[in-house]
Amino acid sequence: MARFYASTSADRSLVGAGSRAVTRGQGFWRDLDWILLIAGLALTVMGSVLVWSASRADLASPTDPQSYLKRHLINVAVALILGYIASRLNYRWLRAYTPIIYGASFFLLLLPFVPGIGVTVAGARAWIDLPGGLTLQPSEFMKIAVILMMAALLSERKDIETEPSGRDFVLALAAAALPIGVILIQNDTGTVLILGTVAISVIAVAGVRTRWLVGLIGGAVLSIMLAIQLGLLKEYQIARLTSFISPESDTGASAYNANQARIAIGGGGLFGTGLFEGPQTQGKFVPVNESDFIFTVSGEELGFLGSVILILLLAVLLWRAAIIAWKADDQYGRLVATGVLAWLGFQTFENIGMTLGIMPITGIPLPLVSAGGTSMMAVWIAIGLLQTVRLHEARADI
Amino acid sequence: MSERSNLRLIILGILIFSLFATLLSRLFYLQVMEGDEYRSAAINNTVREVVEPAVRGLILDQAGRPLVSNRTSIVVTIDRQELKQQAKDGDEVITRLAKILDMTPESISERLLPCGTEGAPKPPVCWNGSTYQAVPVATDVDPQTALTIMEKRSEFAGVTAKLTAVREYSGPFDVNAAHILGYLGPVTEEQITEQGDSDSYDRLRRTDSIGRSGLEQNYDTLLRGKPSVTTLEVDTSGQVTNTLEQKPAVSGDYLVSTIDAKLQSVVEKQLVAAVQRAQRQGYPGDSGAAVVVDVRNGAVLAMASYPTYDPGIWVGGVTQKQYKSLIKSDSLSSNATQGLFAPGSTYKIVSTAAAGKEGYSLYSNYSCPKEVNLGTQVFRNFESSAYGRISLARALEVSCNTVFYGLADRMWNAAGGSDANRDSPDPIADAAQMFGFGTPTGIDIPGESAGRVAGRAFKVQNWEAKRDTWCANAISGYPETRKTDPETADFYTALDKENCADGFRWREGDALNASIGQGDTVVTPLQLAMAYAAIANGGTVYEPRLVKAVMSADGTVVERIAPTEKSTLDLPKSTIKFLQNSLPGVTTDGSGKTPFIGFPLNQIPVASKTGSAQVTGDKVSTSWFASYAPANKPRYAIVMMVTQGGTGSKTSGPSVRKIYEELFGVNGTTVNPNKSVLVGGAPSKSLPVIRPDGTPLVPKGKMSGVVTASGSD
Repeated sequence: MARFYASTSADRSLVGAGSRAVTRGQGFWRDLDWILLIAGLALTVMGSVLVWSASRADLASPTDPQSYLKRHLINVAVALILGYIASRLNYRWLRAYTPIIYGASFFLLLLPFVPGIGVTVAGARAWIDLPGGLTLQPSEFMKIAVILMMAALLSERKDIETEPSGRDFVLALAAAALPIGVILIQNDTGTVLILGTVAISVIAVAGVRTRWLVGLIGGAVLSIMLAIQLGLLKEYQIARLTSFISPESDTGASAYNANQARIAIGGGGLFGTGLFEGPQTQGKFVPVNESDFIFTVSGEELGFLGSVILILLLAVLLWRAAIIAWKADDQYGRLVATGVLAWLGFQTFENIGMTLGIMPITGIPLPLVSAGGTSMMAVWIAIGLLQTVRLHEARADI
Repeated sequence: MSERSNLRLIILGILIFSLFATLLSRLFYLQVMEGDEYRSAAINNTVREVVEPAVRGLILDQAGRPLVSNRTSIVVTIDRQELKQQAKDGDEVITRLAKILDMTPESISERLLPCGTEGAPKPPVCWNGSTYQAVPVATDVDPQTALTIMEKRSEFAGVTAKLTAVREYSGPFDVNAAHILGYLGPVTEEQITEQGDSDSYDRLRRTDSIGRSGLEQNYDTLLRGKPSVTTLEVDTSGQVTNTLEQKPAVSGDYLVSTIDAKLQSVVEKQLVAAVQRAQRQGYPGDSGAAVVVDVRNGAVLAMASYPTYDPGIWVGGVTQKQYKSLIKSDSLSSNATQGLFAPGSTYKIVSTAAAGKEGYSLYSNYSCPKEVNLGTQVFRNFESSAYGRISLARALEVSCNTVFYGLADRMWNAAGGSDANRDSPDPIADAAQMFGFGTPTGIDIPGESAGRVAGRAFKVQNWEAKRDTWCANAISGYPETRKTDPETADFYTALDKENCADGFRWREGDALNASIGQGDTVVTPLQLAMAYAAIANGGTVYEPRLVKAVMSADGTVVERIAPTEKSTLDLPKSTIKFLQNSLPGVTTDGSGKTPFIGFPLNQIPVASKTGSAQVTGDKVSTSWFASYAPANKPRYAIVMMVTQGGTGSKTSGPSVRKIYEELFGVNGTTVNPNKSVLVGGAPSKSLPVIRPDGTPLVPKGKMSGVVTASGSD
């Protein structure tokens, strides 16, 4: 436990800042990454409008076409509060509680296996039933926990300015591999791929020896190939992964999804059909277009112009994440920001890529845009953590 | 921070932003480059059409009497998709259905098989329509049976009985006119494919019925009208979310035919009478045709073909058994427009025209021996009669073959005889083309035959087509036949050797045969009628027309169809005059005299020509009677023929006379135009009146053809 308290100069300055409560409060709002915050809020607003459009027809209760939107907005409110709390955390607290956060997240991750609690959606047993008809996807929180845990483990040797030791490398790898294994059993292929890329990115930026990194990437590629070769992946999983190559030839469900998604997006054209006017969207031809396929709503109703704005907002978000990682004055902050950058970057690419037919179809949401409370909360917490890293670095400048 | 960490962070950043660039370019491709394609796919996804076919237009006769109308009928249909989901593919349902419909299960199940699948009967018995369309299996089902079917849904799963608009082919005066009117059938998959990606609302749909022959086919688009189409927007579950467009139906147009129902009825009966006359003489009399045209415009007033069939048989589709008997009776094709027959002596007008054009004297005397001997072949007169030296007019009257042989021989020699090449003149064949033989008349019903004009050009074409076979056979020498019958093989081999070497040559014998309408020349009765009409009207070969106007269902005139000239006879006026002056003599003093004894020829002179065309094999000759009247002021041309019917004057002549009597109102020797079968004594100049409710105003009383409660007027 003791190593989580490893003292850094940044920590000291934070302690100093803590004694000046008033200035700290002013400093928080002044030093906040406003571009990041505004991009995040803009995406959340845009996402809510798209969720509204996609859910009006069938997901809402018959008496209130806004009922699904309202639920979404409650999730957003909770997510913003959690994000604010995350941005108020300090490193010391964070590092101290990382094992607990990790442990609690891992515990939640196992809950879907418990009969009566776990829920299977689209073949993945990755949800927990909550009272009031709500569901929780613990793997979303697990992403944050894995990032925090790996960052903590790999920033251990920061003061000596050397690369992480083999022991740190293996421990960090284990911290990622453990939940990856569980999620693999839960059949949530998409989250496995995202966590895998996040883990590799964090390890890479941590500065581990190049041959370890090459070995890690090689091993990951090899194990995917082996899994396919040895038949460890179920047939439908392979079908999902390969149907995007030639969607017209396959008439199965995932090919249908891919095809309908492309029809919706392609049909939107340059200017789109207008909000609430997309025939594919309003007719629910694209499945789950309020969550995983939300981008098809943007593509069809807002057209190329609207969708470019959406993608650019996401790009701005990631640009800020990259800047925060770059400017972070310590290994820990850099790795946390790097983890968030890789997570949101690859998840965005995979999600939009699958609707455009250039990536296999997996069940992962588009950050900040898709409906789905857990994802919304997790991403806003991640944005909060980015702000924490930024604020830490800002105070270090004082 | 270590250099390594910085470098890797930069690589990660570049990687992620290049992934974003990929997304943007892919998005641009899908939405901007290929957007149109996906947009139409999206429309196909969500838009459904509810289509109600328009009321099909009626076909009226020239006086406004409906020849084809619509009625409602209870039709039983089977949805094959639903039937397949039943136990044993629905066999039990079919058995139950057959029992209450009083049919055999086979006669139902054979109708359900799509054409071309294994075990399916041939079209039109097999299902030629779309997979998704319910197949009609019985029409005019009584309401009680229909109720039973609709009430016991579990026993008759997939079976529907409902009121449907069907065609009604029972015109007035027991008119048949099957070959003129045609019939409807389901649209075929090919026709759907042919119209390509058309998305116009009045395109052909899989549920449509379309005309399959006759006027129903030729004027299908006009008759069909435009359907009412309601375009709905639906969601994935098929729920209607929006009505996008509503197009009202436009009723099909009415056709005003040139056919007169009452005259048609007379002609049909007289054709049967002619056939029976042949059979009474002991001849087979197996088929026949009759055509009545208005010589002044080419309007077809009546046209009949024997044998015929009930056009109503097609309503709701035919069974295998019905179709087999249709085929066996040989009644499906029209002998008037599709049958090809050697014209025999009726073709002498062509030889005469050729002689006149070539400058041979039409008023000199020619010798009429009983036969002409070419050395290899002897060409005889009918019953080997000889008349000595006679005028050409007389030669036409008595139908002296040898006179025409002589003329043909002179023309053949003048063209170079055996040494002529393919470009040498061929006056008789040229004259035949001028009269419209060898090319379709252009009548407004499909499937017409072109016929064939024997001549030098035909000979060469034929040789070019068959040379390879002939030469191959000449070399091989029929090895199969040779095993059993060496003599026949030798004969065939010699024949093919000769044909191979100079089968293209237009021989003297060919020329002689051609001059009297024998040999390779074949014509349709309609072509012959148009040729005689051309002589009658002074030289215009009209395209025959069956429709004189198209009217909309509310009675406004859409289009009057003007007479179309196909060609004009490029002959000296004197030649046409000669034919016009000579042909009445056939009826007064020649081969056409007998049937017209007692006919008031002084008031209505009739120009005619008989023909008794020889047919290969030992078949009885084809009886022809070609004519027009009144010869001094021509109005109508009538051609009638009976195959294996004997002579023209004995078999066809009396029927032609009867038709003239009905046309002109002849009773004994008195002529009363008011007694004509045509209302007012002539084809109506005006168009029928159609009431606002779409019913035509038909001639009053007996002329309506409808039997009323009060009997006759």
